[in-house]
Amino acid sequence: MTTKVRIAQLSCGPEYSGVQKEIEEAAGAVDAEIFFPDLKLSDIQRDNALFGLDVRSPDLKLSIARARALVDGRVEADAVFIATCFRCAEAAIVRNELRRYIHENSNLPVVSYSFTERTTAGTLLTRMEALTTIARRRALLAREVQEGITMGVDSGSSTTKAVVMQDNRIVGTGWLPTTEVLKSAEQVIELALQESGISRDQIQAIGTTGYGRFLVGQHIGADLIQEELTVNSKGAVYLADAQHGPSTVIDIGGMDNKAISVQDGIPGTFTMGGICAGASGRFLEMTAKRLGVDITELGPLAMKGMSREVPMNSYCIVFGTQSLVNALAAGSSREDVAAAACHSVAEQVFEQQLQEVDIKDPVIMVGGTSLIKGLVRAMGDLLQTEIVVPHHSQYIGAVGSALLASGYIKGE
Amino acid sequence: MAKVFIYPVTSLILSDLVARFGHKPLSAAMQIRERIQTAGLESPPLQVTPEDPKKGLKYAAVEVPSGVRGRMALFGPMVEDADAAIVVNDADFSFGCMGCARTNELLAFLIRTRGIPVLDLVYPRTEEEGIEFVAAIRDFLAGLEGK
Repeated sequence: MTTKVRIAQLSCGPEYSGVQKEIEEAAGAVDAEIFFPDLKLSDIQRDNALFGLDVRSPDLKLSIARARALVDGRVEADAVFIATCFRCAEAAIVRNELRRYIHENSNLPVVSYSFTERTTAGTLLTRMEALTTIARRRALLAREVQEGITMGVDSGSSTTKAVVMQDNRIVGTGWLPTTEVLKSAEQVIELALQESGISRDQIQAIGTTGYGRFLVGQHIGADLIQEELTVNSKGAVYLADAQHGPSTVIDIGGMDNKAISVQDGIPGTFTMGGICAGASGRFLEMTAKRLGVDITELGPLAMKGMSREVPMNSYCIVFGTQSLVNALAAGSSREDVAAAACHSVAEQVFEQQLQEVDIKDPVIMVGGTSLIKGLVRAMGDLLQTEIVVPHHSQYIGAVGSALLASGYIKGE
Repeated sequence: MAKVFIYPVTSLILSDLVARFGHKPLSAAMQIRERIQTAGLESPPLQVTPEDPKKGLKYAAVEVPSGVRGRMALFGPMVEDADAAIVVNDADFSFGCMGCARTNELLAFLIRTRGIPVLDLVYPRTEEEGIEFVAAIRDFLAGLEGK
């Protein structure tokens, strides 16, 4: 029996929003327990004065004092979960500063989240799972080389990917849109095996990730079933040859976006989400459809256009579509509209998510959307840096899974 | 006997003072007790459910943070029920902690709009201020008699 991972909760409002139970349920599902660091009354005033952020909310003051207690080692924890109400400006400032403070002054993995009363345990599960994975499996995440013959399957919301690796090389790949989760997984596995010329019984270990990881993992008897935050981080630094030192991984997915601050291949802080589908790969798919091009042609089209020529705000996919239709009706070129759509998604991710992680070079973009050149250019312009898109970047989850799964060969 | 809403709503000292002078304090103690003692574990440590922020819509619109609306679902009805109120501004943590600054601002505003007698005080920092503080509360509560 494994020891429960102790996650310290720093929060304002979840008890009164009715979501505390959801937080505890998500933690319980990954064999972790939530606790609130104990403090003395006198600590609160002293720690707030030392921290230097003068906030009005007493619960936020309490969170600040608790963060200092964790950093000072007065309270022991394995990971930290910061949660405040969505829409509270004061809480947003504190959430961000605490996340940064803990990240810079301790080795504790930390994730922050802004909740509404509708937040469910399911929404929080991947985040909790990542926190516990980092706390529990540091040794596994430190793996830098793939050994033997392993396979990784990434069952995502839009696409399913499989990769076969042998002796630190990718020897087979499979990629298909996700329809029926198990059927799509079987098909991509078949494609990857065919390309590699390796038979299924030669595979020594299998890893799964993505939304369908549990279902697919159980179906194919995976050795490792792991959420996509840690897996993608590992896959990204592996493919980008940035396993040592800091890096930032950005994955704009079909359903949600991930921004992960990585140190030596291990995620430190991360955000996952996106306010609306407007800030995701789904909006770009829709844009391509409306422009009458294949999604693979959207990037080159956008590279020829000027995003500034078309006002577009994809804060919401409905508003984004409205801008798109209006721009085309007003005579804007398809190139400019494609560029504007890419810029809009990049801007949204930049404003909503990248403010919550420390951006450190190299910035690595992964996932299917990293193949859309216009999006990568827009993100590079916003971050004022050269974005790295490693080879096989669309297979990042599958590669990370195959790499980590090799830790399970021969009961390793 | 008047029903007196106290702020901070969690202050046991204020609650005790109001009761000692013969009035009924409207404080968080009973609300919280009920929420803790309700059977089941809907949302530990308080048995607040996602339904409460919806009830809070009566006091704050949907774009207001859920924690504010959840708190208002508990505290709002007490303000509605109050005949008078005592508000202690800038209170120390130990005097009664009110977790959310935004809820506190909204509560203060609601109390004003009710048009009930309100005693506005600043939290005492010295012994002398403490004596004046208690005296002011005593005089205010004495004036409520007969209502």
